Amino acid sequence: MSVVTKADQVAQVETIGVTIDGIEVQVPKGTLAIRAAEMIGIAIPRFCDHPLLDPVGACRQCLVEVPDMGNGRGMPKPQASCTLECAPGMQIRTQLTSPVAAKSQKGMLEFLLINHPLDCPICDKGGECPLQNQALSNGASESRYEGVKRTFPKPVPISAQILLDRERCVLCARCTRFSEQISGDPFIALVERGALQQVGRYADDPYNSYFSGNVVQICPVGALTSAAYRFQSRPFDLVSTEVTCEHCASGCHLRADQRHFQIKRRLAAEAPDVNEEWNCDKGRFAFVSARGEDRMTRPLIREDGMLRIASWPEAIDAAVAGLAAAGSSSGVLTGGRLTMEDAYGYSKFARAVLGTNSIDFRSRPTGTDEAAFLATRVAGRRLGDGVTYADLEKAGHVVLVGFEPEDESPLVFLRLRKAVRKSHLLVTAIAAFATAGTTKLNATLVATAPGGEAEALAGLELAPGNVILVGERAALAAGALAAAADLADASGAKLAWVPRRAGDRGAIEAGCLPGLLPGGRPLADATARVDVASAWELESLPAEPGLEAAAMLASAASGELKALVVAGIEPSDFADAAAVRAGLEAAGFVVALENRLSEVTERADVVFPVALIEEHAGTFLNWEHRAGRVNTVVRQANAPMTDLRVLAALADGLGKPLGIRTARNALAEIVELGTWDAPATKARATRKAAARKAAKAASTSSTDGDVTVKLSTWRQLIDGGRGQDGEEAMAATARESVARVSPALAGQLGVADGEELTLSCGAGWYTLPVAITPGMAEGTVWVPTNSPGTPLGELGVVFGDDVALSVGGGE
Amino acid sequence: MTDTLTPVLSAQWGAEKSWTLKAYTATGGYEAVGTALKLAPAEVTDLVKESGLRGRGGAGFPTGMKWSFVPKDNPNPTYLVVNADESEPGTCKDMPLLLASPHTLVEGMIIASYAINCHIAFVYIRGEVLHVIRRMQQAVEQAYKAGHLGTNIHGSGYDLDIIVHAGAGAYICGEETALLDSLEGRRGQPRLRPPFPAVAGLYASPTVINNVETIASVPSIVRNGSSWFGSMGTEKSKGMTIYSLSGHVNRPGQFEAPLGITLRELLDLSGGVRAGHQLKFWTPGGSSTPILTGDHLDVPLDYEGMAGAGSMLGTKALQVFDETTSVVRTTLRWIEFYKHESCGKCTPCREGNWWLVQLLKKFEAGQAVDGDVDKLLDICDGIGGKSFCALADGAVACVTSAVRHFRAEFEDGYKTAAWELFPYGASALFPVESPDRSLSLTKGAHA
Amino acid sequence: MSGHEFQSFFPESGEVDMTDTTTSIDEATMAELRELAGRYPQARSALLPMLHLVQSVDGRISPAGIEACADVLGISTAQVSGVATFYTMYRRRPGGKHHVGVCTTALCAVMGGDTLLEKVSAKLGIEPDETTADGTFSLERIECNAACDFAPVMMVNWEFMDNMTPGKADRLIDDLAVGKDVASTRGATITSWREAERVLAGFPDGRADEGPSAGEASLLGKSIADANGWAAPKPEDAK
Repeated sequence: MSVVTKADQVAQVETIGVTIDGIEVQVPKGTLAIRAAEMIGIAIPRFCDHPLLDPVGACRQCLVEVPDMGNGRGMPKPQASCTLECAPGMQIRTQLTSPVAAKSQKGMLEFLLINHPLDCPICDKGGECPLQNQALSNGASESRYEGVKRTFPKPVPISAQILLDRERCVLCARCTRFSEQISGDPFIALVERGALQQVGRYADDPYNSYFSGNVVQICPVGALTSAAYRFQSRPFDLVSTEVTCEHCASGCHLRADQRHFQIKRRLAAEAPDVNEEWNCDKGRFAFVSARGEDRMTRPLIREDGMLRIASWPEAIDAAVAGLAAAGSSSGVLTGGRLTMEDAYGYSKFARAVLGTNSIDFRSRPTGTDEAAFLATRVAGRRLGDGVTYADLEKAGHVVLVGFEPEDESPLVFLRLRKAVRKSHLLVTAIAAFATAGTTKLNATLVATAPGGEAEALAGLELAPGNVILVGERAALAAGALAAAADLADASGAKLAWVPRRAGDRGAIEAGCLPGLLPGGRPLADATARVDVASAWELESLPAEPGLEAAAMLASAASGELKALVVAGIEPSDFADAAAVRAGLEAAGFVVALENRLSEVTERADVVFPVALIEEHAGTFLNWEHRAGRVNTVVRQANAPMTDLRVLAALADGLGKPLGIRTARNALAEIVELGTWDAPATKARATRKAAARKAAKAASTSSTDGDVTVKLSTWRQLIDGGRGQDGEEAMAATARESVARVSPALAGQLGVADGEELTLSCGAGWYTLPVAITPGMAEGTVWVPTNSPGTPLGELGVVFGDDVALSVGGGE
Repeated sequence: MTDTLTPVLSAQWGAEKSWTLKAYTATGGYEAVGTALKLAPAEVTDLVKESGLRGRGGAGFPTGMKWSFVPKDNPNPTYLVVNADESEPGTCKDMPLLLASPHTLVEGMIIASYAINCHIAFVYIRGEVLHVIRRMQQAVEQAYKAGHLGTNIHGSGYDLDIIVHAGAGAYICGEETALLDSLEGRRGQPRLRPPFPAVAGLYASPTVINNVETIASVPSIVRNGSSWFGSMGTEKSKGMTIYSLSGHVNRPGQFEAPLGITLRELLDLSGGVRAGHQLKFWTPGGSSTPILTGDHLDVPLDYEGMAGAGSMLGTKALQVFDETTSVVRTTLRWIEFYKHESCGKCTPCREGNWWLVQLLKKFEAGQAVDGDVDKLLDICDGIGGKSFCALADGAVACVTSAVRHFRAEFEDGYKTAAWELFPYGASALFPVESPDRSLSLTKGAHA
Repeated sequence: MSGHEFQSFFPESGEVDMTDTTTSIDEATMAELRELAGRYPQARSALLPMLHLVQSVDGRISPAGIEACADVLGISTAQVSGVATFYTMYRRRPGGKHHVGVCTTALCAVMGGDTLLEKVSAKLGIEPDETTADGTFSLERIECNAACDFAPVMMVNWEFMDNMTPGKADRLIDDLAVGKDVASTRGATITSWREAERVLAGFPDGRADEGPSAGEASLLGKSIADANGWAAPKPEDAK
């Protein structure tokens, strides 16, 4: 049973009047007594109650007295306010005015404590523990219990990350309800019975859920702890800062807790419009990647072929000299770690300082019609122009194209699942196979081999208010983006592009695309150029079209492009890692701004260490186009120079001041610039032109394997990404890397479940165990894009390419 | 005035192969199905309403009214679930009924299902009664073969399937919503109400849950009429029912009588308390109904009479204990039962029974201390009326009624072990070698 | 045995025994598990019967059995484990050929059940929840088995053994031990615990017609009524 209020019904919701402790309050029909009390500031103690979980009424801590149900009759027994729906005229008396309620609650607390250990001084929850708080504020100072407490071996690792201390558990079932209701991963369950009831899992199937960390956060006692934070700090020694997660475009608001200038843990913050009160394990646990020996704190310059440590002035001079020599024959490559303000700094640096339009944030495979799609369908929007989380809940029908929400935007997944459970949302997945995630969404699979997306979309009928979510790899499928746009236009459905990385949407707004100036202004439009030039107090902006990332690298390799400024990219993230390396190596001059030593810094001529995400401020725009603040968590940084400050210093050296040094300056400029109001007809024409363009021709790079098939691939949430480095416990909960094929294809290959399959193409091969997947699109193989140690970029193949499959391991 | 005993359900239990279809039809079995199928479903419900039949599983809710709560406009199928999870200590009426006359239940299920427009009905039988399950499985199979089940029953166009389902050991599954969760293949823990099963029960569909004896009573009502049924019993407690007498009586057994008979009458019929002993305390309807004493021998054993005496009719399981019995020991063993059977979902039941067992053990061993009786009652106050379902209320009723009637005996537990005051051998039916020992075992099921 | 220990440390609770991964579940068993799942409007309803079947095949709830049920029903192994550990009839360790239960709920306990349990335990040389080394017997301290008018009560393979005494219990164990035919007082000839579990799973063994229709106590009221000429009113008299 649950109370669902669709957003568009809020205005007409019926209210009823109830009286709580003598105070009259109007509440929406269906409100639970415990929520009604909250509305007037009366806190009824509770453990099992959680506003986002279905009511259960298990802990009985929230008992209240109901002298009148609204019909003149009282309830004979105290009632659990967490399951009691308000009725018109109902009288409710809480512990504040009812001795019966007060005694019931006191008694319940005593029951909860008789088997609870007195280990608060060594318990991670001590100091922020609802049970401890209750015991201190309302509990008896001495126990009347003279019996024996239940004890169990402890702790039990229910996964590599989550540990369970059963004797602390009050059996509120928040964790098991979360796993079943919210994330759909019922790998933990209540087991045993009566006094022995406990949270358990099946020993061979650990609680490897992408969302497992949430159960630690909602545990009202210290029964569930994480390997990452266990015994790391006391809550009262931590300093908390609200931030926005840097891992994906879901845009989760998080609370980062630091002590001694080091983040100790991250929690989901309360953000009802975004992540509600949840987040994914990557966002929660993966924040230690820059604590290794590869973290840079001092600039480097190349001398006699070797990088050596340099002073800041020396490094700036060297960089300025190299960039000045290259002039506008330069390019800028930005990656996913940048905030919108940082990205804006690079965009302005490229166009206003270097005088080039060659800038591209897409350090990943790209499609030919993608830039046009981004320009016309994504850039220059505001929150509310497109789709929001709330829209997903009332969409009725959501179509997923080239997008695997659980892996690629986990909070979009959770919101979709909520809508499926509570508002009967239908989900259609245009994908190669029914994934664990889409199965949890009860999604209808339109089994589609890569490249077939446009055709699959053409076969769908949608209604106004429905939503199409396209992922970034839809750009690699011929005509898919255009087909999605056409379907949206024809049906009145809303269309949203869900990028994978946190900085992508901000990079577009900042103008980190060759054809797009800040605010979604098309470079090709002279008015737009004048707009930006005047804001930047320049006479003009370069008008020549810039190069996309792959072209920049190719151009650098051939010597046409003389210098590259690079920030936050990894070669293996690109379609062809070898080509990226070749470009970086051949480029006349490379300046890298980075947190850690990388394949880019190895090939750079000047390297600047820049501040970590937790060491500076800024903004991420999530997939909805919602701004989320990135606040400075750690104020004593080893490398306090931000990207913006380094860029400003270089600009100064080049004699063309950047005009911004801080995120605050940058944001002020972005706001002042505003977004581009393109005439509608113009945008439409551009889109149509884009749609007419031939999509990326399928590569035929297959070698002499047994069977040639289409490659489907995406990044799993927990994978080989460098941002996850150092978090071993989380890595141990990752999904196994497998190669998926249909039963028919497996038969054709003569391969059985679990046997090795080798995927090969011109650039190399890749061996994985096979998972035979019923219902999968024929002629297709799926492998993860970035399983640890084997990023697909090393093979030079992307989603939709032809690859060859052969049984057994590679040579 | 009806006769003292009125065997209806139990009338044929002694017949040759009484459990077979042949024996059942020989005495008019399945004729009531034919009668009922000629009526409109609502007329069948009305007939049961008029009869005054109330649930025989303990709560005594009017059966016809329960059936009429099933919404007519719900798009989901309606289900009938018969609760044959008979597990309340002292209760032993449904198992002999199913063993001797399973077809009575099958016939009742057909009629009840027809009345509520149900096409799939379930019997949830506790798992620990193998032969009862065998007999019920066979009866259903025979009923299919004879055309009483399946499609187009008796040519009426009405279809019904019955599924015989074995439980796996959990008293709580006698609680109707826990039974539904169990029948859905889950842990048998009670569900929140509302929604009530009549609206969203099995598979979130409208569901009627009735006790075995309740449904088994329906064919006789259809056959003989509602006024026939109402001619037995009292004004508010109509009809005949099965009383189960057990414990320290000369002849324990099942007695089918009109509601309202007294324990004195039943004891007179069965030869009284065992020779040389006197009644000390008894339960009217299983261990969850507060105990009564010799003062209550003449209170009518019906819903109102028992409520008036501060107890409940419950399952009419009359457990009789004589003066050799330690009330402290008996209470402890009941609470051990509730601790073992508590599902664990809610705090007061799970933790309260765990605590009560330990405290009662101190009373039994004579190691309680001054004030512990009040503490015992206070713990009970913290449990009673505050738990998720009625299991813990039943547990508390044992303790509070025992203290109410025998407070001094509990206070004796401050000094003297129960087995010294009431040597345990004296209450056994056979000589006990170590009669002065407590036999509260520590291992096994009571962990 | 002081009788007053109170167990509070539970080193092995929370899951089935994962140290023994042997199983006899084969394709035929899988087919029967699927058949059970197909008998219900929603497959998960078959989980309790399926676990009974697992016990009849593997003599316990085996890890393979849990995984098989999870596979057939499309639910998680944790969910199956939660169910398997909730119900007392599901065993974590192999049961004996004969599973002996002694009721020690209040009424049976008072009337001699405690003594019966102590004696049976001593005779078998095992504590409740244990199995004899030869695998012939397992013992359980059971709760009320709905046969209170036949107290004190024992069960063998969930067949009634009514009105027990120490002497009867002794003979019962001796007879079962040497493989003599033993009939339940209100049931069939004793087969084995595993065969019983198969019936509980929903595969009848054809023994329903064995044994009496009722025990003496069940018929007491009826016989007194007959002796007194008492009966329910005739329908025509009631109108």
